[in-house]
Amino acid sequence: MAAEVMLMNEIEAKAASMGIDLIIDFNSIQLPRGEDCGIVSDDEDVYHDDHLEFDSGFGNVIVVDNLPVVPREKFEKLEGVIRKIYSQIGVIKEDGLWMPVDPETKKTLGYCFIEYNTPQEAELAKEKTNGYKLDRAHIFSVNMFDDFDKYMRVPDEWAPPEIKPYTPGENLQKWLTDEKARDQFVIRAGTDTEVLWNDARQSKTELVYKRTYWTESFVQWSPLGTYLATVHRQGAAVWGGANTFNRLMRYAHPQVKLIDFSPGEKFLVTYSSHEPSNPRDANRVVINIFDVRTGKVMRDFKGSADEFTIGGAGGVAGVSWPVFRWGGGKEDKYFAKLGKNMISVYETETFSLIDKKSLKVENVVDFSWSPTDLILALFVPELGGGNQPARVSLVQIPSKVELRQKNLFSISDCKMYWQSNGEYLAVKADRYTKTKKSTYTGFELFRIKERDIPIEVLELDNKNDKIIAFAWEPKGHRFAVIHGDNPRPDISFYSMKSSHNLGRVSKLTTLKGKQANALFWSPGGRFIVLAGLKGFNGQLEFFNVDELETMATAEHFMATDIEWDPTGRYVATAVTSVHEMENGFNIWSFHGKLLYRILKDHFFQFLWRPRPPPFLSAEKEEEILKYLKKYSKKYDAEDQDVSMLLSEQDREKRRMLKEEWEKWISEWRRASEEEKLERQKLRDGEASDEEEEYEAKEVEVEEILDFSEEVLFEE
Amino acid sequence: MRPILMKGHERPLTFLKYNRDGDLLFSCAKDHTPTIWFADNGERLGTYRGHNGAVWTCDVSRDSMRLITGSADQTVKLWNVQKGTQLYTFNFGSPARSVEFAIGDKLAVITTDPFMELTSAIHVKRIAGDSTEQTEESVLVIKGPQGRINRAVWGPLNRTIISAGEDAVIRIWDSETGKLLKESDKESGHKKTITSLTKAADGSHFLSGSLDKSAKLWDTRTLTLIKTYSTERPVNAVAMSPLLDHVVLGGGQDASAVTTTDHRAGKFEAKFYDKILQEEIGGVKGHFGPINALAFNPDGKSFSSGGEDGYMRLHHFDPDYFNIKI
Repeated sequence: MAAEVMLMNEIEAKAASMGIDLIIDFNSIQLPRGEDCGIVSDDEDVYHDDHLEFDSGFGNVIVVDNLPVVPREKFEKLEGVIRKIYSQIGVIKEDGLWMPVDPETKKTLGYCFIEYNTPQEAELAKEKTNGYKLDRAHIFSVNMFDDFDKYMRVPDEWAPPEIKPYTPGENLQKWLTDEKARDQFVIRAGTDTEVLWNDARQSKTELVYKRTYWTESFVQWSPLGTYLATVHRQGAAVWGGANTFNRLMRYAHPQVKLIDFSPGEKFLVTYSSHEPSNPRDANRVVINIFDVRTGKVMRDFKGSADEFTIGGAGGVAGVSWPVFRWGGGKEDKYFAKLGKNMISVYETETFSLIDKKSLKVENVVDFSWSPTDLILALFVPELGGGNQPARVSLVQIPSKVELRQKNLFSISDCKMYWQSNGEYLAVKADRYTKTKKSTYTGFELFRIKERDIPIEVLELDNKNDKIIAFAWEPKGHRFAVIHGDNPRPDISFYSMKSSHNLGRVSKLTTLKGKQANALFWSPGGRFIVLAGLKGFNGQLEFFNVDELETMATAEHFMATDIEWDPTGRYVATAVTSVHEMENGFNIWSFHGKLLYRILKDHFFQFLWRPRPPPFLSAEKEEEILKYLKKYSKKYDAEDQDVSMLLSEQDREKRRMLKEEWEKWISEWRRASEEEKLERQKLRDGEASDEEEEYEAKEVEVEEILDFSEEVLFEE
Repeated sequence: MRPILMKGHERPLTFLKYNRDGDLLFSCAKDHTPTIWFADNGERLGTYRGHNGAVWTCDVSRDSMRLITGSADQTVKLWNVQKGTQLYTFNFGSPARSVEFAIGDKLAVITTDPFMELTSAIHVKRIAGDSTEQTEESVLVIKGPQGRINRAVWGPLNRTIISAGEDAVIRIWDSETGKLLKESDKESGHKKTITSLTKAADGSHFLSGSLDKSAKLWDTRTLTLIKTYSTERPVNAVAMSPLLDHVVLGGGQDASAVTTTDHRAGKFEAKFYDKILQEEIGGVKGHFGPINALAFNPDGKSFSSGGEDGYMRLHHFDPDYFNIKI
């Protein structure tokens, strides 16, 4: 950043000479979004060294080498040619093209300097014309001017690197050892970002760390919860620590827009897209993959946006994020990208393609990794007007062996859903009816872990029903489907294991006419929240799938987001700033009891801090579940103590408030009593004051309703 | 008890006022006729015809003989409550936004909106006992606050005037000299337009409601903030129970945005809060537009609300209400 900051006294002098009043209401000044006008935020100091390379001010200059050496007569012609080539790429500054000439021979020296308006143009010019063939003998070699400088400065003699003493790092997982076994979450509202404990027992939150302007667009937890990532104009940063949040590492990537962690937190993928200098071109995309701990760029990908959008989400403009999908669970060994007629699978040892070749699949439009195993599921749509059927196949990586394949006919669309343990894959296939006018939906269920991967076809009872949502039970063998065309759809639950035949899918139940359009399974399975977002205004139903019964129904009016905490004990529902009003979040217990609610204007984000998977084996976990009563006893007592203490505190607080109020009121009464006479005077001596008015009087009113006279004859 | 739905106005309600005895209820609306109702059964007793613009506000004298109304037709009128006749008309160059009789009913404070080249102002008028002797001139005119002054009321012993409005600041003025005595703290005070302000029965404290989605309770003398009640939506109207320690907030989104959102989005409820503990107790639904006006019967056993929907709802409390324990 060039230091173009004027000194204050200069400004004042200038203003005085121009007759401008320099009294500024600083509160009224707001910087435009994404602009800092050279004012350094407290975050930026740390990026300072990244900008040193621009300090020379030659970031927009390139050096073009391997030009023909020409005598003076041909100088202008050559200059014209070069100018023509380079002005196509960007705007060359006035006098920005300089071709030095040998003072003795008057011939050119075979290189020239070109200065562009912006460093971006210069970089683009370098990329586009490096290797440009002017003729056979003259292949351009283009470099940034700054690069020369940089490489010149490399010292000639090797000096041994300084060995830094080892400083033990903080325990980044300390939050897991919380005595009360609470979970953390991060919220973003207005300019503040806060990390809070969910202290559900006391029905409140406890602040861990708060920072204003912590991020410029959003925050994101790493998948195991170790880091919190923030996004800035200069790049991304990750934060963490034992008791607070310190910056652990930062990743320079100007104008980064999106970030994505690998599942094992080893790598961070950052993405930015830049406006092209020629508006007809596609945006330029830059993707960097960083090592999270060292902050080193492991690999970068640059190119036009077109190269990253192939297939994608059905032709939607822009890049479907994440571009790179990570495979094979927490090992972070492989990542893959969809390309035209291929899937490029990279491995992280060398950050290069497996076998140096992409996986060729004609017309592939979608793929997904198994969450646990090195298996890719990919989908190829129908070709040649139905002559070639659509296809779903499972491919093993790195061997690239096809494990299973299924041809599907008259398919209009296909979606793949993996169960979280990678045991099952559900393929939702939308098929055309015979007339091709409408579609109906069926499911192909793959049992990945069984021999030969059997496939089962499932159709709904009414196969014309539209599928609104589908969700696997995490770690379980059941799934839920919302289906139906009427305003109140039905919800069905299926199990991959029926009681008598383990290899068959069976329906557990169907709930009719629910106000729901989204499914949220508890991370522990068994419980599910059936939510009616958007059009249903935030209807919630907490459902127990083991017992097939509704535990509670509730509403968080206008709720936009729902998230289970990583342990499955609590549910957070939030209204984010897509709505003008009602912004804030509610915390519910798993069975649908509202624990507390917090209102925050301009509420943007609510994210639970993920937990790493437990070290306990499945058997051990089962054992704990079996003897839960024994284990829970201790906590029950604790809970009771807390609730006793809490109600005691609550009572105390209320008593205090009441006392305070009484004191204040009696003080007022005393003062008011003193003024009583004066008040009476103002009222011309009318005695009654507000305090002692009403006097109940019973007034009996006799009313004659009817009157008649009768003469009684005497005998 | 089932609320009594009172349909007498053709346009949104703007203000509600009970007389001191609590047997009469006065309502103002954007149609041009303030209306008087029996506060018990909601029967309409009569109307006051004469204004030629939306009526923003009214007040009734302690003896329930005289009514004062302020209107967008740039006049403030005095009425005979019984006969419905106009006694006097004050003319201003801009709409009148709020009126209040002083203790003793010999003075009235009137606020006027900024209009054309006029800035907003607080006027104090002397109210003659005999209306034939009534004069136009102001005892005092206070200018200064930016934007509309939505409410101005008398402080203890008529010595001060408390004003609040669009600039979100509550001010206490000397009612003799017009000097500014106190201003609410920017930090703890409201952040957006203050829409309503109501005094406690004994005048010891007052409650202000604001578009910043909160209501605040203040000490009348010292202007110290005592309590804050936060809600999810802009507050248009506030009221305090004279009987129990309850406050009621009414509101909803801006009238101009009503048609663009689901009717429940505005949640047009009157919300009850415990005055001391600042906790929400409950809500009374019913209106299908934002609530613009709220008033408690001086006996504390009923309250009424007026909405943007043009309806008034009169609620008599069930016996349970008086036993609420939190």
